[in-house]
Amino acid sequence: MSEPVLKVDNINVYYGSIHAIKGISFEVYEGEIVTLIGANGAGKSTTLNTISGLLHPSTGNVSFLGESLAKVPPHKIVERGLAQVPEGRRVFAQMTVQENLEMGAFTQNDDISGDMEKVYSLFPRLKERMRQTAGTLSGGEQQMLAMGRALMSRPKLLMLDEPSMGLAPILVEQIFEIIADLHRTGATILLVEQNAQMALSIASRGYVMETGKITATGTGQELLASEEVRKAYLGG
Amino acid sequence: MTFLNFFISGISLGSIYAIIALGYTMVYGIAKMLNFAHGDVIMVGAYVCFYMAVRYELPPLLGVVIAMVVCTLLGMIVERLAYKPLRQAPSLAVLITAIGMSYFLQNTALLLWSSNPKVFPSIIGRGSFKLFGGELSVSHITALTIGVCLVIMAALTLFVGKTKMGKAMRACSEDKGAAQLMGINVNATISLTFAIGSGLAAVAGALLCSAYPTLMPTTGALPGIKAFTAAVFGGIGSIPGAFLGGLMLGVIEIFAKAYISSQLSDAVVFGVLIVVLLVKPAGLLGKMTQEKV
Repeated sequence: MSEPVLKVDNINVYYGSIHAIKGISFEVYEGEIVTLIGANGAGKSTTLNTISGLLHPSTGNVSFLGESLAKVPPHKIVERGLAQVPEGRRVFAQMTVQENLEMGAFTQNDDISGDMEKVYSLFPRLKERMRQTAGTLSGGEQQMLAMGRALMSRPKLLMLDEPSMGLAPILVEQIFEIIADLHRTGATILLVEQNAQMALSIASRGYVMETGKITATGTGQELLASEEVRKAYLGG
Repeated sequence: MTFLNFFISGISLGSIYAIIALGYTMVYGIAKMLNFAHGDVIMVGAYVCFYMAVRYELPPLLGVVIAMVVCTLLGMIVERLAYKPLRQAPSLAVLITAIGMSYFLQNTALLLWSSNPKVFPSIIGRGSFKLFGGELSVSHITALTIGVCLVIMAALTLFVGKTKMGKAMRACSEDKGAAQLMGINVNATISLTFAIGSGLAAVAGALLCSAYPTLMPTTGALPGIKAFTAAVFGGIGSIPGAFLGGLMLGVIEIFAKAYISSQLSDAVVFGVLIVVLLVKPAGLLGKMTQEKV
């Protein structure tokens, strides 16, 4: 296989004295949707925040497009093409939808109107609300905005942290359809989810995390069929 | 007519408070800290203006520009050396550091420039406009102060509302973590905020000492505290709030001096602040911060 887009190599991450990530390794190759599934507190968000440079591994290394990200500050990581849609969406509530998207394109120095059009055609609801402040949007719309905002940075890898969290089932399906669509148009995606069923059904490959370790790995279909995963995460 | 005279004086004094309050409110908005050394940056700015005009005999406007450059650098250095290392520290530690920085600046000024009051030369002379056949007299410095305040407000509003860096500042003040994930350099943005606030403090220093020409190392302290009050009054973190709070504070202070008692004017000012905060705890234009779910 060719060089992976993202390579996480045996990282250990501590919060003070708490050993949150215990030596995990995984890769994401171009054009894949890779999912990290696991219960609350398994260390999934910690993993994403370490990749984004907000946390630092005490040992181990993260490399992106063949280059190590150690000592690269978070804003430079975004510039290299690694975008994260954070858990809980974290849109800028007092700024308009349009301004939120502009912030997503902060690292772009050329004309962004084409990107803006692309996001609006992907999420027509956002276009209707472009002058509203993001705080007035519904949860589903905020998730769309958070995703659109990340796409504005023209990412080579898009990381999504629990996009289904707190959304009604119908919206969850809609969000996952959009993720699958993005994948079909060539995007490389790392998806963190507690909703294992949904995540595995669209994923190329998956990793199961449990208390800071990876306990199982396989293709989406393999993990969906695995007895162990079914018992632990899919309700039997 | 005297009423109108007092009102104009109030707006002029309030304009100075507003310009200083902008520094407090912008820094609070983004770094969530009260920079109590801000008042002393005003004093440094005024001394730089004074020496440029008196010792080097430069044109006043050039003196103000040099003072702005000095204060901008001073603000950035203070932030880098004293506050940046405390980014993760409890807010009480940052507050005490800011108070310490304030004393440090005052005492350094005392060593450099002594405690003898200097008579500050007005940056535009002491003339005045006569209106209504001489009944209303508005000094040049009063008019200039109000004009400068309006220009600064308009420029800042445009900067924060329309430019990429200005929007990045608002993004940082809402959520630094999310701003980092957008590729915004949060440290550079905080540094820029200190730079703008301190540059404005130099302007405020020049205007303040042109209107009240006694310059001492403690000159910035009381206006600093009052401008901080103005920022809280208007709603700390809000730019229009600093403007409104500053103007109201100036008008209340002058009216209290004129119609109640000049000794009691500060008591009246702070009394009004207490009443406002009882009714609107977030200040006049402040937003109550909502708990995020």
